[in-house]
Amino acid sequence: MKFIPHTGEERQQMLKELGINDLEELFAEIPEEIRLKRELNVPGPLSELEVARKLNSLAGKNKTVDQLAAFLGAGVYDHYIPSAVQHIISRSEFYTAYTPYQPEISQGVLQSIFEFQTMICQLTGMDVANASMYDGASATAEAALMACAATRRSKVLVSKTVHPQYREVLRTYASGPELQVIEVDFTQGCTDLEKLKQFLDKDVAAVIIQQPNFFGSLEDLTAAAKAAHQVKALLVTCADPVSLGLIASPGSCGADIVTGEGQGLGIPMSYGGPHLGYMACAAKLMRRMPGRIVGETKDNQGRRGYVLTLQAREQHIRREKATSNICSNQALCALAATVHLSLLGRKGLRSVAEQCLQKAYYAYEQIIKLPGYQPAWAVPFFKEFVIKTPQPPEEINRRLLDNGIIGGLDLERYYPQLKNHMLLCVTETRTKEDIHRLVALLGGDVK
Amino acid sequence: MSEPLIFELSRPGRRGILPPENDVPCKEVEQLIPAGMLRQDEPQLPEVSELDVVRHYTRLSRMNYGVDVGFYPLGSCTMKYNPKICEDAANLPGFTRLHPYQPEETVQGALELMYHTQNYLAEITGMDAVTLQPAAGAHGELTGLLIIKAYLKHRGEKRTKVIVPDSAHGTNPATATLAGFKVVQVKSDLRGNVDIEALREVVDEDTAALMLTNPSTLGLFEENIVQIAEIVHNAGGLLYYDGANMNAIMGITSPGRMGFDVVHLNLHKTFATPHGGGGPGSGPVGVKAELEPFLPKPVVVKENDTYRLDYNRPLSIGRVRGFYASFGVVVKAYTYLISQGGSGLKSISEHAVLNANYLMHRLAGHLNIPFDRRCMHEFVCRPRGLKGKGVRTLDLAKRMLDYGYHPPTIYFPLIVEEVMMMEPTETESKETLDDFARSVIKILQEAAEDPEQVKTAPHSTPVGRLDEVTAARKPVLRYNG
Repeated sequence: MKFIPHTGEERQQMLKELGINDLEELFAEIPEEIRLKRELNVPGPLSELEVARKLNSLAGKNKTVDQLAAFLGAGVYDHYIPSAVQHIISRSEFYTAYTPYQPEISQGVLQSIFEFQTMICQLTGMDVANASMYDGASATAEAALMACAATRRSKVLVSKTVHPQYREVLRTYASGPELQVIEVDFTQGCTDLEKLKQFLDKDVAAVIIQQPNFFGSLEDLTAAAKAAHQVKALLVTCADPVSLGLIASPGSCGADIVTGEGQGLGIPMSYGGPHLGYMACAAKLMRRMPGRIVGETKDNQGRRGYVLTLQAREQHIRREKATSNICSNQALCALAATVHLSLLGRKGLRSVAEQCLQKAYYAYEQIIKLPGYQPAWAVPFFKEFVIKTPQPPEEINRRLLDNGIIGGLDLERYYPQLKNHMLLCVTETRTKEDIHRLVALLGGDVK
Repeated sequence: MSEPLIFELSRPGRRGILPPENDVPCKEVEQLIPAGMLRQDEPQLPEVSELDVVRHYTRLSRMNYGVDVGFYPLGSCTMKYNPKICEDAANLPGFTRLHPYQPEETVQGALELMYHTQNYLAEITGMDAVTLQPAAGAHGELTGLLIIKAYLKHRGEKRTKVIVPDSAHGTNPATATLAGFKVVQVKSDLRGNVDIEALREVVDEDTAALMLTNPSTLGLFEENIVQIAEIVHNAGGLLYYDGANMNAIMGITSPGRMGFDVVHLNLHKTFATPHGGGGPGSGPVGVKAELEPFLPKPVVVKENDTYRLDYNRPLSIGRVRGFYASFGVVVKAYTYLISQGGSGLKSISEHAVLNANYLMHRLAGHLNIPFDRRCMHEFVCRPRGLKGKGVRTLDLAKRMLDYGYHPPTIYFPLIVEEVMMMEPTETESKETLDDFARSVIKILQEAAEDPEQVKTAPHSTPVGRLDEVTAARKPVLRYNG
């Protein structure tokens, strides 16, 4: 397949105009000693038909969540995506555009981002939101850096109930400016607030809490905010936006910065990416935010329009003094989320959240009745919960997989103290029948 | 043309998508979650029908300009055609419907695709190992510099300085700061190369790395690259390659052959994945063998005929994102790579450079070309003799909108006043370049004869020039209706 339109004749004309004989001469300035004297070892070229065959074959080697009913969550969720979402983001006026540097011909993407920012503010209960970040993990790490810059402090407290991968990314990001990251233990499935208070001092820039947390449990955000604010530290909350249809917004609990993973809002799981990080904050922190921000303004005839704004924070203006090095966002994923939320609407998001809640509790209550299965702790949860299992989760998951089900996440991988603990997730896409099959198989009913 | 906000289309009680009836027995929500933890207010999302939504966003799409709409010679951004088959491939349910925590035995196709992509990118860049984890170019830069930092620390060296040329992308100095280094700028010489003497002066035992784009942001091949690599390496520093301009050199030379130790690529530039209006992108990082242990984890490995994720990497810098990669973007790049093969990739670079030189040649009599040299895949130029008319590069760019083009990059690189940077890419035809050149020449004539027409442009877009000053001074960042 080639996407080069030149005919042989045209190529000759162009070379002739340049006064050269062949394409080779274009590269005369590249020293001989560093030239590649052989062809690149990349297979192809292939025709479109061959390419399609190859990709279908690779895709066919995978088993999807449509073939295997999955009870995996842990940061990535199988929520239903309305058909119209893919149709809109497949409009190539959107997906083949660059960052909207020329606002006069980019009102489509600019206005959709403005709508996205508005929706994120509404869900999180915050004043301002940016145009999106790479993913939930990196958005949370950026929030920690932002909190350090805003408070001029260099210590970050992060609960061990925050997604283990998010904590890993936080540590990686902290290694650059050499910030101190302290992990706070949990008790009964939630952040140990007493331990948190012991770590709080005037060097702490931020306290990071996830809501619902990695175990699916609901944290007492209001208490965490109060504790953080007593030493003038900021509360960073990392929230699942789907839960916000039902759960109190972090803003109403006192959070200063809210981040999270927006994948559940109309973005396919796609084996882990691309997904959608989001970030919102209190108005007083607006000029500290990393990333693109879209603002409303007027054109030279007084008509409403949208532009990238507050760019004095950004790398292309401030270079080494920028608030972050980020120079893109996940615009197309943000558009998907905006379309998704529009289709669900005010009532729809709550209804999805409520179905997740009801189905998760339905599954939970049946599983804990099975012999040998116990609740890990007794705290309210949203769509995920932790079960203590009678056998190693690895064995259980093997049995489930042989019977067409992907079980939960084995928590020992991240928490050595949680041996024989499994994190299960139930969203609105799992049916009553799926749940019954899971429960039957867990109870030993194997084929 | 104007379009209300989706919130302004809202009508109380109107619904779009309805979820199915809940098929499990329900309890009162308050029985499950304490009232204090429940949301008291309803989020003010719009209440609209599916048709309202589809029309609204379709109308917005028509107020947006993409490569599929027309010529997009935005320098440094490589706005080439994004093949449709790549979109189809990434949308296959066999890829989109995979949970990242699924057992490895159920995702062998995905891992195989990632494994091959790692290898192909290593081959193209002349590196020994590649991570697909970074989510964008700037994210790749951060990953690369943290790898360098970890490598130096492992060797017991404390080097604090990162050198960047004055022509560098803004992300380079911003990333160096984020990675905890001090930024030192080095100037360019009259041919647009790094000034070798100035470089010698700043390179010392504190130098961790030099970050370089080659071809540079001026679209010029750094002729002294071998010497530059020697200077930095002799001082014990490393060379970082900003891969934004990789489109010019595939199969001709490689960062590895030039002496670079760490490379990031932009799959959304060179490897034809779409830019999405600002993302998602993907910024894989390649390294030479001695830096491989420091790559983010996990890395995809092959053992016998099985692919798996390798987490056992004690020297790794850790993670830079959740999970493994912008996998959907990687699928598109893989599709593109095998559609081209080694010979096709070289041809891409040759034609990208041919097109840029041809366009530069067509415009040379009308615009000032500050560096009288062969350009690579892009070139810089600037208007001449328009200052007296009060016409700036910005005005020319805005007038190009009226002619149906996306303008080139303007006011970057920072070292050339009133600069325009044009990158036509290999996917544009000779007649497109000819038409564009004619339009630019016509606009330059207008600027000389009827400057008001140009200074008040654009005249045919959905909105005119927007007041960016007020937008920043009195920010309105959300709908408050």
